[in-house]
Amino acid sequence: MTGYEGADLAIALINVVLLGLLFVIGVAIARMRSLFAIVMLSGVYSLISATWFVALDAVDVAFTEAAVGAGISTALLLGAMLLTSRTAKPEPRAMRIVPLFAVIAVGCMLVYATIDLPAFGDPDSPANTYVGTAYLERTPEDIGVPNIVTAVLASYRGFDTLGETGVVFAAALSVILLLGFGERSLSASLRKKTDKKG
Amino acid sequence: MKTDHHVILRVVAKPLIPIISLFALYVHFHGDYSPGGGFQAGVIIAVAVILYSLIFGITPAMKAVPPWFARSLSALGFIIFGAVGVWALMMGGNYLDYDALFNEEPGGHYGQHYGILFVELGVLFAVAGSMLSIFYAFAGRVTEIKDEDW
Repeated sequence: MTGYEGADLAIALINVVLLGLLFVIGVAIARMRSLFAIVMLSGVYSLISATWFVALDAVDVAFTEAAVGAGISTALLLGAMLLTSRTAKPEPRAMRIVPLFAVIAVGCMLVYATIDLPAFGDPDSPANTYVGTAYLERTPEDIGVPNIVTAVLASYRGFDTLGETGVVFAAALSVILLLGFGERSLSASLRKKTDKKG
Repeated sequence: MKTDHHVILRVVAKPLIPIISLFALYVHFHGDYSPGGGFQAGVIIAVAVILYSLIFGITPAMKAVPPWFARSLSALGFIIFGAVGVWALMMGGNYLDYDALFNEEPGGHYGQHYGILFVELGVLFAVAGSMLSIFYAFAGRVTEIKDEDW
């Protein structure tokens, strides 16, 4: 790819190590029963995939994965875990065969699908030819912003982002309506306490 | 005597929380030049408050950032995003057409810069408020997190 000899080998080595770690963590999560350990390991999983995204030059995606996957999801899952028991129910051994087959079948299909994908960083791939190059060429004069990801997200695709913000808002609203305002929620009891004092 | 097992945790976390919030602002206002933007900044701000509530307890966190504030922040962010679009409409452009915001000559980039900044600010408010509200909704169901619970 670049510069000195052995750079390709180094990148391949990094990819193999990171993906191997992801595989090990995935297997560990599947075999574990303690929910606390599972939540923590899924945070580690997100952090390692974020590192891998950096290795693939997708810095914006990596940043989001680190903040959302490793940060907020772990905290939210911890909060949800407190409401339930600490260990998952053990499943009978015979029942475990079905998910195993499902995973292997889906994995085979995905590997089969990757054969058709263009090579990584291929300049002739569909993602790098039509609209992608147009954005790269036109952003400096249209928007004048160095980070093209921001330009596409906020300006060219402003309607998409508006919709996404609406989805996030709607998700919070539905969670609040389902769990938040009721008598049993802590905020309600806190409010009552201050009302009595004041 | 009340024993506190988490002195080190509290001492380490306390100076970190303002730095995390500051980093979120950097991520937002530097989003034009480097990876990041309103969404990531909003998540980081929410994480700062959640870290505070995990370490110091949910009740002090709810006093510092009340649940009604998190809910309103979420709605306010969505309104800001929509309002920038309406602003562009009022100036005679299309919805969310930032070029129209300041009625500038073709080739000027002020409208795009400020449009993106305001819109991302709306995303920041909406995401931070939403994430915090969801966390409060989950964590607010149990009054106190005991050490044995982990």
